[in-house]
Amino acid sequence: MLNRKHLLGIQDLSRQEILEILDVAESLQEVSTRPIKKVPTLRGKSVINLFFEASTRTRTSFEIAGKRLSADVVNISLSTSSVSKGETLIDTAKTLDAMVADSVVIRHSASGAPHTLAKMTKASIINAGDGAHEHPTQALLDAFTIRHKKGRLEGLKVAIIGDIAHSRVARSNLYLLTKFGSHVWLCSAPTLMPPGADKMVCENGELVHVTHSIEEAIDGADVIMMLRVQFERMNESFFPSVREYFRYWGLNRERVKRAKSDVIIMHPGPMNRGVEIATDVADGPYSVILDQVASGVAVRMAVLYLLLGG
Amino acid sequence: MMDLIVKNGRVVDPARNLDRVADVMIRDGKIREIGSADGADLPVFDANGLIVAPGFFDIHVHLREPGTEEAETIATGGAAAVAGGFTAVAAMPNTKPPNDNPSITHYIVSEAKRSSPAHVFPIGAVTKEQKGEMLAEIGEMFEAGIVGISDDGKPVMDGQLFRRALEYAQMFDMPVIQHCEDLNLSKDGVMHEGVYSTRLGLKGIPSAAEETIVSRDLILAKMTGGKYHVAHLSTRGAVQMVREAKRQGLRISAEVTPHHFTLTDAAVAEYDTNAKMNPPLRSQDDIDAIVEGIQDGTIDAIASDHAPHHINLKMLEFDRAPFGITGLETAVGLALTQLRLEPRRLVELFSINPQRIMKVKPWGLFEGSDADLTLIDVNRTWRFDVTQTRSRSRNSPFNGREMTGKAVATIVGGKVVYQDRG
Repeated sequence: MLNRKHLLGIQDLSRQEILEILDVAESLQEVSTRPIKKVPTLRGKSVINLFFEASTRTRTSFEIAGKRLSADVVNISLSTSSVSKGETLIDTAKTLDAMVADSVVIRHSASGAPHTLAKMTKASIINAGDGAHEHPTQALLDAFTIRHKKGRLEGLKVAIIGDIAHSRVARSNLYLLTKFGSHVWLCSAPTLMPPGADKMVCENGELVHVTHSIEEAIDGADVIMMLRVQFERMNESFFPSVREYFRYWGLNRERVKRAKSDVIIMHPGPMNRGVEIATDVADGPYSVILDQVASGVAVRMAVLYLLLGG
Repeated sequence: MMDLIVKNGRVVDPARNLDRVADVMIRDGKIREIGSADGADLPVFDANGLIVAPGFFDIHVHLREPGTEEAETIATGGAAAVAGGFTAVAAMPNTKPPNDNPSITHYIVSEAKRSSPAHVFPIGAVTKEQKGEMLAEIGEMFEAGIVGISDDGKPVMDGQLFRRALEYAQMFDMPVIQHCEDLNLSKDGVMHEGVYSTRLGLKGIPSAAEETIVSRDLILAKMTGGKYHVAHLSTRGAVQMVREAKRQGLRISAEVTPHHFTLTDAAVAEYDTNAKMNPPLRSQDDIDAIVEGIQDGTIDAIASDHAPHHINLKMLEFDRAPFGITGLETAVGLALTQLRLEPRRLVELFSINPQRIMKVKPWGLFEGSDADLTLIDVNRTWRFDVTQTRSRSRNSPFNGREMTGKAVATIVGGKVVYQDRG
């Protein structure tokens, strides 16, 4: 069991806790291969998926994870734009408390919304992505995939390429991988690199590298993680055009050759083919994008089990 | 009680070059004599061990009335002011509706007379509805009692319009007070831009958003000869520019808030909405520069930017909560604790300079002055308890904070309107 009530981010997890989650995920993975994909571990527990932002894969992944553990899973999708600001979060929190939810899985466009919720409810809060802050279960499933493919999380060169400034996936992965002593290369257009990116990590800061050159990021990499480009960024002049973006920061076959011969290519999805990643690369031999999705269920089962089980 | 002897205090008024132990005799709400009041048959306030200063003047507060009385009123804001040692405040115009015409000014003045224990000097809007498009009725508002103009809460982004404001306000010898923020550079920002905003995934407000406007305004102040005042200055670059402009002899002044020399952006760490204000909490380097600026006279005044908000709004997600914290009751304590000021400098920052910046009739420790006095115990150690606040709102990051130095009595027009003898 984890000695914590909530999972709000990777930043405050220890290596030990991360390994425990990954190990449990490893053993729970087998459940999904059975003809009857269900264990009674969380019977009688309720998990509420509270999604204030559109999401298909994360929400479905949590839902399947909860159901395979026999928890009662309820999905609530709310649009933050259609309701008067913020009141929903507080009032929903109190409503859920009144219904005695054991866990609330929250996705929200505001950074820190899970923290606000954690202060106001009795339920165990799991952050399923908050603004540009963290997406801990994504980093955990990425780590699970990397460990599975590479056999370790230590001493790797990992390139994270794309819109770093607005990416919670980049932040959570950066925190996790540097905790294990891997080098992380953050690569983006200068306009999409957040200020102080090289100082984000408090410990092992020397493992963080910042570059605008995709070639430098990929050279000798063990892992390449591509991030989704959001088209609305173009309207805000973060970059001039999709064509120019792909020219400088898109992943194509030619660039993949600079990486190690056993490189794996990851993407948290949903991808824009031809924008940040070429189709032949996304579907090519190095791609582990679908393994990531499969790992997601096991990792989320592990998180639910370790926070709610027992 | 309009007659009083404030006995045996250390009377400090740098504008009159006064610093000695004396009695202050008050008759009919005015200062009659400073010296020895032995033998006079009047009520006595024992000020032994206290500093007796000209009434402190907070030149940057939001009283929320009219329009947002659930957060603060002129009466409750005035009560918080005297509890913090202020005998007077200058009220920013961003009420609902804004103070952009003489009838609102009249309302504030008359409501303050009726209900506030502290004097309230309204500040008028620079532009109609604070929209930054057309000048407000500055002269009409001046006749009704405003002491300066500002679109505070927002900057005047249009350089041409700001030039006109600087020119026009000279007719009344009033300051034009600018909230320095380039709205394009700060767009969607909720905290200082730096490593903390990156870690927290919150949109940053770079120091440059403040500095580009300060820089432009100083050039316009030089061009027009206008009287220009920088509100709540928060960055090293802004301190440097103001210092340089003063060297050139411009008619400019600047204020800082206690939170900008007390807290850094690290205070946002747990998404504490009481650490959200505009300008945002900045870095330690900025604090160091502000402290230097206070010491060398670049910064003229300390003002609270008292910005009460109802708890319902501060309970929101960090992105959505409004900017601002209360500050009237903690300003003097924080200044004494963080800056270890000499009494003379303290009085300059909280009373003499604020009076000089705004268009007010001066008060002080001289015969014939209104008897508005602030009594300070520099050794008093105390904790701020937000549940005891006189303000209607509780959005302070300083709840429970220990401070050394406190305003222990406030006298307005010869009447003790607040005292805390411990």
